[in-house]
Amino acid sequence: MKKRKFGLTMSFLLAAGTILGACGGGDTDEAEKEGTTGDSGNKTEETFKVAMVTDVGGIDDKSFNQSAWKGIKEFGEENDLTEGDGYTYLQSQSDADYTTNLNSLARKNYNLIFGVGFMMQESVNEIAAQQKDFNFSIIDGVVEQPNVASILFKEQEASFLAGIAAGLTTETNKVGFIGGVTGAVIERFEAGFIAGVKAVNPEAEVEVQYAEAFDKAEMGQSIASKMYSSNVDVIIHAAGGTGNGLFKEARDLKQKDPSRKIWAIGVDSDQTAEGVVEIDGKEQNVIITSALKRVDVAVKDISAKAKEGNFPGGETSVYTLADDGVGLAPINDAVEAKADIEAKVAEYTEKIKSGDLVIPGTLKELETFSAE
Amino acid sequence: MQMSSRMKNILTPIIAVLLGVLVGTIIMIASGYNAITAYQALWNGAFGDIYFIGEVIRQTIPYILAGLAVAFAFKTGLFNIGVEGQLLMGWVAAIWVGVSFDLPKIIHLPLAVLAAGVAGALWAFIPGYLKARFRVHEVIVTIMLNHTALYITNQIIRSVLSDGKERTDMIADSASLRSVFLEGITDYSRMHWGITIAIICAIIMWFILEKTTTGFELRAVGFNEHASQYAGMNVKRNIILSMVISGIFAGLAGAMEGLGTFGYMAVKGGFTGVGFDGIAVALLGGNTAIGVVLAALLFGGLKVGALNMPLEAGVPNELVDIIIALIIIFVASSYIIRWFIDRVSKKGVK
Repeated sequence: MKKRKFGLTMSFLLAAGTILGACGGGDTDEAEKEGTTGDSGNKTEETFKVAMVTDVGGIDDKSFNQSAWKGIKEFGEENDLTEGDGYTYLQSQSDADYTTNLNSLARKNYNLIFGVGFMMQESVNEIAAQQKDFNFSIIDGVVEQPNVASILFKEQEASFLAGIAAGLTTETNKVGFIGGVTGAVIERFEAGFIAGVKAVNPEAEVEVQYAEAFDKAEMGQSIASKMYSSNVDVIIHAAGGTGNGLFKEARDLKQKDPSRKIWAIGVDSDQTAEGVVEIDGKEQNVIITSALKRVDVAVKDISAKAKEGNFPGGETSVYTLADDGVGLAPINDAVEAKADIEAKVAEYTEKIKSGDLVIPGTLKELETFSAE
Repeated sequence: MQMSSRMKNILTPIIAVLLGVLVGTIIMIASGYNAITAYQALWNGAFGDIYFIGEVIRQTIPYILAGLAVAFAFKTGLFNIGVEGQLLMGWVAAIWVGVSFDLPKIIHLPLAVLAAGVAGALWAFIPGYLKARFRVHEVIVTIMLNHTALYITNQIIRSVLSDGKERTDMIADSASLRSVFLEGITDYSRMHWGITIAIICAIIMWFILEKTTTGFELRAVGFNEHASQYAGMNVKRNIILSMVISGIFAGLAGAMEGLGTFGYMAVKGGFTGVGFDGIAVALLGGNTAIGVVLAALLFGGLKVGALNMPLEAGVPNELVDIIIALIIIFVASSYIIRWFIDRVSKKGVK
């Protein structure tokens, strides 16, 4: 009797095993397929393949990673590559995934692999040393290895221009800055922004708060809520996915009280689409402008150079306002001071481009900075 | 006649896993993905290459220890949700020792590991003491202490272990669990010697619980506090002891991340998730030492293999999170599976 029961359970297990076995059968098919792609492996040496690894913000952070992916996608389409084979991305769910992801892409013969974000600096350094036949690129960090191209931006120049927009828009003379994780990159945003605000509106105060995370929209929202309720009327963020909370809060407040004048400023990509509120069938937008950090431009540029065989390995490329690596998105029409802002932005852009004005990149430099 | 309960204990998690995979398959097909390619990619990404095997083991190490931590407390009837916090405290303690001293490896490495264990133990002592002394529920205390630990460690990294930077320096080589040998045989994976520590801890847990008087007392308290008290056992002492040992395991899990996988600690915006996954590992492993090791291996394989799914099969790796969640649901509802097994075996009698 006991045997029979046992037999039943075993047959149950066996059935499960068969299902699994079926999967196993597919396995060999796939292995064969892989074998054939292996044959065409010679081709892959000719076709240049490019990929990227996101930081924990994810590919759809509406900011940093997304912008890098946009650049890769454009590069891929222009060069007739197919997504998933010629160009692709891998997402990191935790910081333990960075090295595994970088390594996996090298193993799939991607010629150029971007690590997006300074949090990946250490991992790029490690993998680049192991996978010497492949080229890597680190965005927002510096890795000194012959097969790594480091990409930096003068974020302070973009956020300086955004600061001008904020300084001329604020009526309460209080503006806010929401940072992601404290570090050199976000400090450049912060220093430039404060300098920009003060340059056009010396009386304005800048409230600064860091969320210490790039992927916590709810935290961005609670910081924004606190700032708006303490009479701040313009807030910029430099916090990746965390910044989406700022837009949500701004939209919610606008919805509740359409007469209230509150504004937000986006970062990295043109985030105008995030600020749309529908009030009584009329579309309004709470976003003044965005401090553009053209990660897409840099990614495309480095990819193109690598494809031509001019990969800037071991070098650090700095993208600035002068070469359109950073900039300011168009100003929202609803902003009263629009004409003023545009005039000032044009004026300072000229000064920065010509080198007459050097925007502070650290809080220390900010102390001695004067826009005159 | 009933099927032996031992058999049932083994079958339940296996069926739960199979059901999880099955429902995962249905979800994949429903969302228009090729399930077979997806599972192949998962398999290749976990065991298809010696490199990935090394990475799976690397991922398994903290899972084993976190799982043991949860399982040990559970045997005494305590639900230690604070493994995540204890892990972070252990991690930061290990790094602290790792970067501050310059000692021969034979002293430095054990010292760093020990520091992690002690830090985890102290962090777990708080809820243990509050539970024993004031009957404060450990679940609430440990959840809150997780957040406390997250922000304390971030602050320590910023102000003590670096000057305002977002990560610490690399630990000294003498405190590192990494091994050129293991990296060599696994084609540069980050597999490290922590695996031996994890296995030893699993054996220790089994030994304490099954072979010592203390272990018997701990389990007795878990079964029935009042009866244990009546039998002359010191319930309060056992509650604290159980939490402390659980905390040691959790702290060691942190040491594995700090001394093995990373070699540094970075400021964290959120939890690592290893501590919470440890709950699932313990649950799936039936709170036994060997079960935890096997469950940790499964979860490690799923997590690492998942990274390969978007690359090879174009399936988002979030799907593996769904499968893991499904497995947990099925394990948690193991009552239903047991009932089903019972029915099947009874039918067999007729």
